[in-house]
Amino acid sequence: MPMKALTGNEAMAEAMRQINPDVVAAYPITPATEVVQLFANFVADGRVDTEFVAVESEHSALSACIGAAAAGGRVMTSTSSQGLALMHEMLYIAAALRLPIVICGINRSLSAPINIHCDHSDTMGSRESGWMHIFAEESQEAYDSIFQAIKIAERAYLPMIVSTDGFIISHCMQRIDMLEDKEVQDFIGECKPHHSLLLTDKPYTVGPLSLQDYYFEHKRQEIEAMMQVAPIIDEVGKEFGDKFGRHYGLFEEYKLDDADNIIMAAGSAAGTAKVAVDEARDKGIKAGLLRIRVMRPFPYKQIQKVLKDKMIISVLDRSDSMSTMGGPLFIETRAALYDTETHPPICDYIYGLGGREIDVENILSVFEKGEIYKKKGVEKKLAFIGVRE
Amino acid sequence: MKETWKELPIGCIIEEGGTSRKFKTGDWRSERAIFSKEKCTNCLLCYIYCPDDSIIMKNDKVVGIDYDFCKGCGICAKICKAKAIEMKPER
Repeated sequence: MPMKALTGNEAMAEAMRQINPDVVAAYPITPATEVVQLFANFVADGRVDTEFVAVESEHSALSACIGAAAAGGRVMTSTSSQGLALMHEMLYIAAALRLPIVICGINRSLSAPINIHCDHSDTMGSRESGWMHIFAEESQEAYDSIFQAIKIAERAYLPMIVSTDGFIISHCMQRIDMLEDKEVQDFIGECKPHHSLLLTDKPYTVGPLSLQDYYFEHKRQEIEAMMQVAPIIDEVGKEFGDKFGRHYGLFEEYKLDDADNIIMAAGSAAGTAKVAVDEARDKGIKAGLLRIRVMRPFPYKQIQKVLKDKMIISVLDRSDSMSTMGGPLFIETRAALYDTETHPPICDYIYGLGGREIDVENILSVFEKGEIYKKKGVEKKLAFIGVRE
Repeated sequence: MKETWKELPIGCIIEEGGTSRKFKTGDWRSERAIFSKEKCTNCLLCYIYCPDDSIIMKNDKVVGIDYDFCKGCGICAKICKAKAIEMKPER
């Protein structure tokens, strides 16, 4: 298999080229611009068969994607931050219409103040829209996950976002182990939509009114679809791993088994955290990392299983929920652990908003704080890393 | 309500087209358009202006109002030069 040095965005654009979707409708936004810009080149050079729709906003981009997917096409787009926010209305519609659209998302903070750098507030803000969501740690995983996303989405009939951390991953170069075009096509197979508007002998109605009499049933059905997703993600991750040697699941465990002092994180900071785990272990701390890969559906049962006997869990959240209870990863993990008998102590650290750096020392200090909390109990439920205080 | 969520087709769809014919939207109406055949000159302005295609035609002549879909907006009464359509409150 060929190796290439690519940025995260280039890797995602290459993945899109190899998928060769029927329709891509997109609007540029930093730091996701490159993905569709490169893809537009592939279209112009005749390297894909895709119908590329250059629209006037992200709202229109996802609207066009919804139309194309309802027509039975395999459809993709890419966006970031304000773009995803502008898609918000359409996100819910794509999910409820059960259209397996895939977004290459690049995580970027939301305005105001205006900022183009990474945090997770954009995709976290969409976590109740009915989209499945994978946080890729680095470019190889992003590249691999996009193929899986196509397959998962088309099996579950739900849309999916695969996201990387803006600039940190999207604009940094990494060696990517590429698949052959044919391997990709064999893996993703043929797109089999649940209905197609292009089959005029089998007309159907998309998006009709559904009031007190049936709306609830339609939503219940959508919730059920999401409940059935976790095994599909595992299954497709395993299929991918068996074929190409890189296995993926709902989350990644790094030295978790014998650890009692745990950090949980999503995205690129998990890479930094792995170095911190190693350094903490050199200091005698039984450190471990649980890296959330799939945020939607939230793998709460599996998390309960691996975290229930841990002595301290420190969650790193790259966005806040404004509930005053901490970030979304913390809140959901804590809720998951409520159903365990052990109720392991857990605390939250908000970090990296607007692209603020986080380094190994920062994460080491979380492990060190964890050692104190192990003995004395959690003193601070919610703390902030790297903010001027 | 007969079907549970398990029996419904996925994606909030209806597995046929043209289903708006089956959805009688006329019951939203608070005013009823009353058509007078005697006054009507068949200028067809009401037919052109009606936003809901609720003017019933037969042999190129207006014969009545389709109350299954007429929402009582009153545009036909307003546009009618012959005052052949009158709006009356629904009871």
